[in-house]
Amino acid sequence: MSRTFLGMPPFPAAAREALADPQLRSNLAHATTTIRAKRAAVVAEVDDWESLRLRAAAIKDDVLLHLDEHLLRLEESLTARGAVVHWARTAEEASAVVAEVARAHGVDEVVKVKSMATQEVELNEHLAAQGISAWETDLAELIVQLGDDLPSHILVPAIHRNRAEIRAIFEREMGRVGRPAPDDLTDDPARLAEAARLHLREKFLRAKVGVSGANFAVADSGTLVVVESEGNGRMCLTLPEVLVSVVGIEKVVPSWTDLDVFLTLLPRSSTGERMNPYTSTWSGVTPGDGPQEVHVVLLDNGRSRALADEVGRQALRCIRCSACLNVCPVYERTGGHAYGSVYPGPIGAILNPLLKGVGHDEQTDSLPYASTLCGACFEACPVRIDIPSVLVDLRAQVVDAHRSGVPGPEALAMRAAAATFGSGRRLAAAERASALAGRAIDAVARITHRDRRVGGRRLIGRLPGPGAGWTDARDLPTPPEESFRAWWKRTDGGAR
Amino acid sequence: MSARDEILGAVREAVAGCRGPVDVPPLDRPDRDGDVDLFADRVADYRATVVRCTPDGVEAALAAALPEGASVVVPDGLPYVVAGAVADDGLTPSDLDAITAVVTAATVAIATTGTIVLSHGPGEGRRVLTLVPDLHVCVVRADQVVDDVPAAVRRLDPARPTTWISGPSATSDIELSRVEGVHGPRTLHVVLVG
Repeated sequence: MSRTFLGMPPFPAAAREALADPQLRSNLAHATTTIRAKRAAVVAEVDDWESLRLRAAAIKDDVLLHLDEHLLRLEESLTARGAVVHWARTAEEASAVVAEVARAHGVDEVVKVKSMATQEVELNEHLAAQGISAWETDLAELIVQLGDDLPSHILVPAIHRNRAEIRAIFEREMGRVGRPAPDDLTDDPARLAEAARLHLREKFLRAKVGVSGANFAVADSGTLVVVESEGNGRMCLTLPEVLVSVVGIEKVVPSWTDLDVFLTLLPRSSTGERMNPYTSTWSGVTPGDGPQEVHVVLLDNGRSRALADEVGRQALRCIRCSACLNVCPVYERTGGHAYGSVYPGPIGAILNPLLKGVGHDEQTDSLPYASTLCGACFEACPVRIDIPSVLVDLRAQVVDAHRSGVPGPEALAMRAAAATFGSGRRLAAAERASALAGRAIDAVARITHRDRRVGGRRLIGRLPGPGAGWTDARDLPTPPEESFRAWWKRTDGGAR
Repeated sequence: MSARDEILGAVREAVAGCRGPVDVPPLDRPDRDGDVDLFADRVADYRATVVRCTPDGVEAALAAALPEGASVVVPDGLPYVVAGAVADDGLTPSDLDAITAVVTAATVAIATTGTIVLSHGPGEGRRVLTLVPDLHVCVVRADQVVDDVPAAVRRLDPARPTTWISGPSATSDIELSRVEGVHGPRTLHVVLVG
């Protein structure tokens, strides 16, 4: 059983811990650099990439603004195709449906395709509590599950592990839950993949119940789509007698032909391939082929809350490609665990507060600040989610949620700044004080030999008291000895 | 109130007042024929084997693609004769696990991405058939090759299950280094006809 993200510290604390781990930094830098180059190469092959992004974003916007109609249509199509449709308001309700299906078939294990929705609802932990083992079958998910670890990337959850660590996990853990790793296992990725193939094959062949998510759900035809690489998805979708798919309500697209853009955008954005090795589509039950009992759980779990946020609702366009993680300078350095959620990186920094609401817990409220607002995520996003704008709006929401009668130090500082900048006389006085302080600090630095300079300007090492938080991660130059306005006055704009 | 009614109610409330129509731009791509040479190159990029032959040479190409003495299964309706192959008469996954290779046809193929799509009708078989054996030999006719993903989507019937195959199964989960061959067939052999 894997751990959960419950009780994770706020982002700044978690990030500090991650930044102190040189192995993690090295694994992440290698992985994100590799995938960025692959993505850039295959995106450049598509001449009309920008038009595809615009079309994809518009399809999703149209769906979201009429989501109730599309969900009813999806329910109708799925039912007509022999699927049983369930609705789940919460994580608990979704997990209860899966547990009930498993119990009805008398099984104590299910095989799972990698799925963000089932991770979000902590399905494995819910099932374990009822004595049902959920076997992750995606290689990276298997590494995370066997290592009793947490996922740190949407697409490659074990991106923080290198091959030597993976080999050690396989050798130690595989035998405890099934076929052990081969005795002569090496850390060659091909050998590690082979070990996973052998370990999981017996589980696939005996599984009665499979569990999946879906990348897309087509309202008109009742078709679910799973995009994958290894064939573990096909195994889970095809071999078991019973299939339960947990699908977020925002995954719906109106018609089959709308997949034209999404199946072009997703693999190139995600794994940096022209096409992923396997995509499966199925519409309810196909007689004589695959599972003959098919359940679909439509999951809200905060999505209707996110939908009500006029700025933030665009986050529901997300197709979980993880391109924004790979280009993010913050993610590249901290990794995914610091975000305290199955949705890390830039999309996680907006999706978590939108799904959960702000003002309730410190961890969620810290996420909109886990960004430099550089905008690389927006440029990479195949459905054009303007993540920086949503981050800024969420920061405002966090501030509003924490307003009380007594202003904090930041609010006081801002008010003082407003008063100073609001009057030429007060600004001039402040500038004179600042120049004095600058000269004093320079003098002290000369005496104490703490003379650090960048671009010719002396830096203050570290501020005392409440200012320490600012200088922890930034260089603060000493105040200039003369302000621009004083210089202008003295030299008549440089003429003297 | 049921979960269904509550979710639908919450969704309606969330978008109340912003129901305006959204202008969805159509896909603006010229309708081009699929480039068969490009398809062959792109399949090979995935480290799959591509062999080209004339319509008369298919059966010889299939025989050459199959290892000597390998057990082979074929679906109903395959328009080619594969010597020594067993027919799929409801084999269990465990039965299929003991079979080396499967030979099928395809429904459509995509040039720009090197993708083969099966819709699991006659000649293509149940989904499990092309999943469990370790070698998949797939016959694609030149007239089945379309230019891009949107053209393939238009040709397919959503009522059928479909499997889109781009190379052998693969993973990049270990340090993002690509390894061919995980759970699906570890070898994909495409016979391109015409």
